[in-house]
Amino acid sequence: MSVKLTINGRAATAQSEPATPLLWVLRDELGLTGTKFGCGAKLCGACTVHLDGEPIRSCSTPLSRAADRTVSTIEGLSKDNSHPLQKAWIAHDVPQCGYCQSGQLMSAAALLAANQNPSDAQIDEAMRGNLCRCGTYVRVRAAIKTAAAEMRRGKA
Amino acid sequence: MKQAQRAASLSRRSFLKSSAAFSGGLMVGFVLPAGPATAAGTIHTPNAWVHIADDNAITLISARAEMGQGVYTSMPMLLAEELNVDLRKVRVAFAPPGKAYGNALIFGLQLTGGSTSVREGWERQRLAGAQVREMLIAAAAQRWKVDAAQLRAEDGQVLGPNGRRASYGELAAEASKLKAPEKVALKDPSQFRIVGKRTPRLDTPAKVNGTATFGIDVKLPGMVYASLQQCPVQGGKVKSFDASKARAMPGVIDVVQIPDGVAVVAQSYWQATQAREQLSVQWDEGPNAGLDTAAMIAGTRAALASGKPFPIKQQGDPDGVIGRAAKVLRAEYLTQSLSHAPMEPMNYTAHVEADRARLIGPTQWPDALQGAIAKILGLKPETVTVENTFLGGGFGRRIDFDYAIQAAQISQAVKRPVKLVWTREDDMQHDFYRPLGVHQLAAAVGADGKPTALTWRVASQSVTGRVFNLPAEAPDALMTEAAVPLYDIPAARHDAVKHDAGLRVGYWRAVSHNMNTFANESFIDELAAAAGKDPVAYRLSLLETQPRLANVLKTLAAKAGWSTPAAAGRYRGVAVFEGYETHIGAVLEISMKDGAPQVHRVTVVADPGRMVNPDTVEAQIQSSVVFGLSAALWGEITVDKGRVQQFNFDSYRVMRHNEVPAIDITLVESREKPGGIGEPATSLMAPALANAVFAATGKRVRRTPIRPEAIAQA
Repeated sequence: MSVKLTINGRAATAQSEPATPLLWVLRDELGLTGTKFGCGAKLCGACTVHLDGEPIRSCSTPLSRAADRTVSTIEGLSKDNSHPLQKAWIAHDVPQCGYCQSGQLMSAAALLAANQNPSDAQIDEAMRGNLCRCGTYVRVRAAIKTAAAEMRRGKA
Repeated sequence: MKQAQRAASLSRRSFLKSSAAFSGGLMVGFVLPAGPATAAGTIHTPNAWVHIADDNAITLISARAEMGQGVYTSMPMLLAEELNVDLRKVRVAFAPPGKAYGNALIFGLQLTGGSTSVREGWERQRLAGAQVREMLIAAAAQRWKVDAAQLRAEDGQVLGPNGRRASYGELAAEASKLKAPEKVALKDPSQFRIVGKRTPRLDTPAKVNGTATFGIDVKLPGMVYASLQQCPVQGGKVKSFDASKARAMPGVIDVVQIPDGVAVVAQSYWQATQAREQLSVQWDEGPNAGLDTAAMIAGTRAALASGKPFPIKQQGDPDGVIGRAAKVLRAEYLTQSLSHAPMEPMNYTAHVEADRARLIGPTQWPDALQGAIAKILGLKPETVTVENTFLGGGFGRRIDFDYAIQAAQISQAVKRPVKLVWTREDDMQHDFYRPLGVHQLAAAVGADGKPTALTWRVASQSVTGRVFNLPAEAPDALMTEAAVPLYDIPAARHDAVKHDAGLRVGYWRAVSHNMNTFANESFIDELAAAAGKDPVAYRLSLLETQPRLANVLKTLAAKAGWSTPAAAGRYRGVAVFEGYETHIGAVLEISMKDGAPQVHRVTVVADPGRMVNPDTVEAQIQSSVVFGLSAALWGEITVDKGRVQQFNFDSYRVMRHNEVPAIDITLVESREKPGGIGEPATSLMAPALANAVFAATGKRVRRTPIRPEAIAQA
């Protein structure tokens, strides 16, 4: 049995059991290892991807839920680091160990897709599910604001 | 200048030896950001740190593991400064195990830890870069038949008279045949073009698009996946197991027993974890079956009196002074067990064959891992290759390599390449935990409120004793870090008792600086309060012979607005110390809500000596603040019936975005030699928080974490 879905704009077919968490389908079957395993229980956000544009925890989302739907991962943000968030992450030198950053970026991308001028409280709300043990939080916040400003300028 | 004239301490012979060990090992394609270096022609290795291809592709080697602290950038910065190459044009690779890469600050072991990388590399890496620069110049002098003094090296080229020039790549083959110079001159720091400048991290681009390779991302041809069931009681062993249900699960290839437990090996990781749930294992739970936290604390406290202390410092007759004193202050402090909980759970990939093994994954200690696994597998170390990846956090956890041994044993059993991945629960249940510690301090107080004598004893568990298998009576210097504060106290006795509380212990960011600084910086606050003195003014009165720390404290007080009252409902606490040769202090500003402290602002002032990358220094302080606050506010590992009671981030709380205070950092300009920066600020958070809580509530919390119940009971 196979599951058809769209990943980063391209049609894909997954052969894993439908109950397999999307995370492991992406990482082990489809080779998209940018999405990370952190807790397996929706507690850390390292596995955040978008399902039809909404941020979800792929460690706890069965493949079956993604059938005939659209998944975006860190690899889809941009390969050449041209997304405003990636540029801002580089400008602020956000990552330390870097392991949680794919999830941080995907949560931030979902936030900015809906709101290009988020308040601190809105950033808190969107990002509180993304843990970082290196404590890059201050820079994540600053980079989100930088990226938001660039996106607003791009629209104007 | 003595330093500039210092002879290069690294001999040509040791370089050649390590270069030989490189063959093949260097070309770990996945750690190199660009294409495989073999496409660049022959790789020349003038020394162990600099690899130059015919086409002028330059690879600089980081002998230290990148776990977030920035060595992937700072080590190449030091090399590039003297090699005179553009940092943006080089590649960086992690060193394989090799004697040349030993850490002189940790007995020559190839170990990343102890905030040593910059301190150890400060001169050594610049010498290594300068040595290659001089070899390239000598090669050009030979080729052009001119005096080397007429030549200079700049931006990857050697420049000579009449516009002659040759790229490093063109000269590398000849340079590599030359004898390495005995002496090389180093730039005066005033000439630095790279070192000391805010420099973008070289690993950031790969860490924002998912291409950075962590251990968990390794994939080998024919690789299968393993999930390991270990005894819920540490030290327990498999008595028997029934794998019949597990073997019937989809994708399962084998179920094998190794010393640490029972491993399910499957076609995919998810299949392995699902089948593991069907295992039925009977355990011999061993000597720790009855262990609980209350007993661990009681045993540690009892050891203060019953154990045999080893001395740290003895000056004057503190016991006599305290015995005769009119006023004596006594206090006991308790610091809790903690888990490292890096974001990347433990994992490792191994391919063991009859006569060789390939090991790939995240480790802070590759040479020890190589030696230990070679011995376990019955292989010669030189047939065991070790390739390091980016580490998804370390914090000391990846100094231990139990998970790598397990992966090798499983691979050996199933005769295939195996990636072992622990679950988060495995990670939290089978950590090497920060040991708990109990301190007892007593001070005689003079008429002016200052301490005239101090007695100080800690009982804690020796990590070093376990890691290096030391005899019970051997002192452990990593239990006594920052045990003696810089305050001027005329008579003092400091000693320490090693006590095995039962739970296995490991090095946890800042190690015993955390426990000892909690005791010292809490106690000095208690002394200030007893004397009716301001906490900053009181500390300064005891720091007259310590200008660096006094300067840090004065600057800190100014930055934190200490002399002006905090806003209504806000309270401040301070802590300062010297750790890893860095002088550093913090002020926390808090309020109380429902009995719990809320941290609004953290002001840090640090004098870390000379810096390689000031932006990384700042990032490491930000990091240490968050890491230290998580532990000060909430973190605690507890044990019941031998079982760790925390499993995941719901039961082991760490700081989240919405809980992060404003962090204001000031770096003091300094010409002193570099201090470590990856860890020290961590140690300030618990005492500064306890001192702020005292300011807010009048209650002195003498244990961590500083939760509402601890405050209520204080």
